[in-house]
This record gives sequence, structure tokens and C-alpha cells, in this order.
Amino acid sequence: MARATASDNETPQNPVPKGPGSVAYRLVQRAMQQRELTVVLVTLFVIIYFGIANSAFFTTANIITVCQYLASIAVIAFGEVLILSLGEIDLSAGAVYLSSPWFMYLFWTHGMPIGWAIVAAMVCSAGVGMINGLITVWLNVSSLIVTLAVNYVLFGFVLIESNDIQVDMPGQTGHFSIIFGVGAWSTTLWAAAMMLAIWALLKRTRFGLHVTATGGNLLAAAESGIRVRRVKVWCFIIISAASGLIGILDAIRIGSINPGSSGLDTVLPGIVAAVVGGTALTGGRGTIVGAALGAIFLGVLEDGFNLIGVNANWFYLAEGVMILVAMVANTQLGTVARRFRR
Amino acid sequence: MTEEISPMTEAESPLVEASTTPDATLAASDVVLEAVGVTKRFGAVVALRGIDMQLRRGEVLGLVGDNGAGKSTLVKILCGFHPPDTGKIYVEGKEVSFRSVADARGFGIETVYQDLALVPQLTVAQNLFLNREITLFGKVGWLSAGKMRRLAKKYLEDIKVEIPDIDAEAESLSGGQRQAIAVARATRQNAKILLLDEPLAAMGARESALIVDLVKDLSRNRGVSMIVIDHNYTHLFELCDRINVIQQGRIALDQQVKDTSVEELTKFMVSEYRRELAAGQQLLEQ
Repeated sequence: MARATASDNETPQNPVPKGPGSVAYRLVQRAMQQRELTVVLVTLFVIIYFGIANSAFFTTANIITVCQYLASIAVIAFGEVLILSLGEIDLSAGAVYLSSPWFMYLFWTHGMPIGWAIVAAMVCSAGVGMINGLITVWLNVSSLIVTLAVNYVLFGFVLIESNDIQVDMPGQTGHFSIIFGVGAWSTTLWAAAMMLAIWALLKRTRFGLHVTATGGNLLAAAESGIRVRRVKVWCFIIISAASGLIGILDAIRIGSINPGSSGLDTVLPGIVAAVVGGTALTGGRGTIVGAALGAIFLGVLEDGFNLIGVNANWFYLAEGVMILVAMVANTQLGTVARRFRR
Repeated sequence: MTEEISPMTEAESPLVEASTTPDATLAASDVVLEAVGVTKRFGAVVALRGIDMQLRRGEVLGLVGDNGAGKSTLVKILCGFHPPDTGKIYVEGKEVSFRSVADARGFGIETVYQDLALVPQLTVAQNLFLNREITLFGKVGWLSAGKMRRLAKKYLEDIKVEIPDIDAEAESLSGGQRQAIAVARATRQNAKILLLDEPLAAMGARESALIVDLVKDLSRNRGVSMIVIDHNYTHLFELCDRINVIQQGRIALDQQVKDTSVEELTKFMVSEYRRELAAGQQLLEQ
């Protein structure tokens, strides 16, 4: 059967039946080969469940709410897919998300036009990623610790800069703000665009292949001449730039800039989305589509619990249990799926 | 390891049997890689005490020796990982000094490690083209996946390596297949000299046959020269044309495989070992 699996993929038009119930069997087989299978199933399950449980779930207003909520989780998750594929982790992406509007505000209050202030804030965000990357690869400190420390540094910066007081987002009118966050689907479309870009980068370009190689077998990648350190630094830059951008877009959407809490509450859902989606924490395997589905799963969960009116005290407990269920299903289905893949 | 730290070994040069090449009649141009008087020391430890070694075109040379005899050090010098302290290295008759592994690779010298070489999560084709990808649009680096698959398939057919599925992840292949892919990648990327570290380790008979056939084919038909390190004499006799025994940082024996046998080599190694032991005891008594 193992050989048949391989040739089936290459010549799908080949009509020779290869197993019990041929067509149905092969459909199952094809489905089982997808790493994103679990997350598709659990996401469908929660969507159907909340759809039935509350009639408000499938209204346009609610779908917009879900999408606006999950856009930032999704974008951070896409970045984390790159980082996790490398075998690294970035805990500072949430803090970058929260601090980039403050960078922008800082530049704006010092007289920069709003457009340029946004660009400058993006550069700062990318710079944070570069610092994460450079400390990780050149000073050989675990990225977990480096980015955790940077997370606190940025949180501190936000508290100092804001005095823990929320400010209004400058420049809230015109086409500009509609494209950059205010439009109902704006952040969702931005997230979708970033999904496409990062997917193409990871799966269709030389750089993406080198990301997978670096995370899959660091020695082999370095041996073959891939500049693994440079690859890593670039990934840290990409996740920070993406998180910074969606942070600013969200600030424009909300209309105010908040001091927020420690960025961990923002970055961890992103990591969960990536991992629930099928990206390995150990490196070498990343799926952007899975991360998007993982973000939808978390978004629907959060929104659904609100809709059906789960007691706030029970909220985290329920969310935690659902994440556990998704991950256990992931590994258990993975064992079954491997039999189909070989 | 111990014999290298022992300070007296420096003085026992007469122990070394022969380092002159038996086929001195061969033209110099046939020597693709040559080491002359190569020494290397790591702090107090003398790893190599003057290696003279020649590798000819299309030849498979086996390196044997105890752990710490210096064979890994020699290979690391030849592949550009370490620079030698003294001595010279010649590639195709020209003196070279490698600053890095990439430098050595530029001269067509490539090391193949069985499990280090491949990325388990990448496909056979992706592994074959790792860091030599064919891309579109220049700098953007958009992968030309179809072309790479076709070329990978064709190349594997050319060197008679049978891999059922070019899109299979390396992880799902057997050890022999992985080794074959690693060798294939090196030669596809124009390696003229391969350094193989225990290429038949942990392989069944059929797996071994795959690699032995590949090594023979590459050396006979494509003029690829190879240096094989292995502890297992049977493996070495299967693969190699010539065998060099390294002891205490020197080439202690240089024999054509057809002129020797596993028994003879074993006997030589044991007698050398006894001699070292005796020398060590002598040192202790003093």
C-alpha cells in the first residue's frame, strides 16, 4: 500500500482501484495525508456547534467581529509558523503588536506626519525582530529567553511612554484609515494578504525552503552552505514587522492606543493557533493554512463562548480544555495518518 | 586517545612501517588529492605527526585506525574544516590551503555524512538541490519545483539509484536510500572527491549493496575519487581499492586491497596494538 500512496499522488487520473471501496478509500486516504486535517475537523465542529447553539452566530455582524478579533492572532501565528519551522520561538510578537502603535504615537507627537510615523514604527518593529534574531544567533542565547526579555522591555516602554493612560489614535478619517483598519473587513483582508505572502515565502521560494531546512536539520543546512543565521534573523524580522503592522492597523480600527497588558496574552494564542494548525514546535514542519485555521478555531471559540453566555469565570477553563482536546486529537490523528502516508 | 597524549610516542618513529606508495609508476597527474607531511596538534594533544597520503583519480581509498589515531582529524583537514599546522595539501597537483569547508568544496571536495546530510522533512528532490535550487525571477528565488523534480529523477536514473518516489520525504526513506541520496547530491553538485564517513554503518545486506554499487559506479564510470573511513574491515574490503592504516597520527600501512586480506590487516593492527601496549608499560616502569 505504501508504494501505491506515492503513485496515486502523481497520477490522480489513474483509475485503477487500489483498496477497499476504492474511491471512498482514496478520498479518506488523501484527507488523512493532510497535516491540517485535525484543525479542519475541530474548527468545523466548533463552528457548527456555536451555529446551532446561537442563532446570532452566522450574522454578518458577528462574522465581522470574529474576523476582527482573529486577524491579529492569525498574523502573529503566520509569523510564528516561520519561527517555529526554524526550531525557534518568539514570545515578543505580542509586545511588538502592542508597542508599535506607541512607537507611531511617539513619532507623531514629535511632529512627524502620520504616514511617516507609521513607516517609522514599522521600522522600529522590524528592528526589534532584528535584535531578537541577532542576540539569538550571535550571542547564542535561547530565543525563548531573548524574546521573553524583549517582551518585558517593550511592555516597560509602553508603560513609560503611556503612563498607563489610553490615547486617541491620530488621523482617524478618510480613505487612508478605511484601508488601514477602519473598514469592516480591512484588518481581515490585511491578514489574508499576509497569509498569502508568508505562505508563498515559506512554500514557494528558496528562502522558505531554507527555513524548513534550517529547522529540520541545522547541521545539514549549514553544511550545504545555507547561511542559517541570516535565515533566522530574517524570520525574526518578518514576524516582528508583521506583528507591528497588524498592531497599528488594529489601533486605527479601534481608534485608540491602549497600554494593554503584557504581550504574552497576545502572542500565546498566536503560538497555539500555529501549533493546533499542525506546525511542529520542534522545527522543520510549518503550515500557514493550518495556522489560519487555528486562528479561526480560537476566534470562533472566544466569540462562541461569549455568544452562548458562558460565565466569565468558566471562560478560560473551557478555552483551555478545548485547546487540549484539539492538540490531543492532533497527535492521535497524526499517528493514524502516518500509516496512510508511508 | 591515550597513545596520543603519551609524550614518548614522538620518539618512536622507527615503528612506522611504510609510507611510500607502491605504485610510484603512476603519472603525477593521476593523483587528485595529496597530503605531504601534514601535522596537527590540539593543545597538548598531537593528532597528526606527518601524514603523507595520495588519492588517485577514480580510486576508493579506505582509512582505518583506532579511535583517536587521527583519521577524523585528517579527514577534517582534507575537507577544509581544520587548517593543518604544517604540511601541504595538493589538489590535482596544485598546492591549496582551505580556509573553510566551502573553500574545499570549491575544489570539488565534499564530505558525506549519512544522517547529517539530509533534511528529514524535505523531499528527495528538495534535498538533492538543497542550496543549489533552480529558481525563477532571480533574487526573488521563486522555486522551479517541477524542473528540479525532473532533473532529480533523471540524475538518480543516470547513476542507477532507485528511489520509488522523488516526492517522498527523506524521513520515510531507508538508511541506504538516504546515504545514496547524500552521495548523489554531492556528485550532482560536481564533487570530484568524496569523503565518506562509515557509509555502510547499520545497514542490511541489500542496503549495503545499493551503496557499494553506487560507489563502484561513481569511481569506475565517473572518475569520482573517494576516501572512506570505516572501522569495519569487511566494509572496507567491499568498497575500497586501497587501504591506509593510520596509527598515532601517521600512515602506518599502505596496501592495495587485492594484495592483502582482512586477516592480514587484523594481524597488523593487533601486533601494532601489542607494541604500543609494551611501549606504554615500559614508560610506566621507568
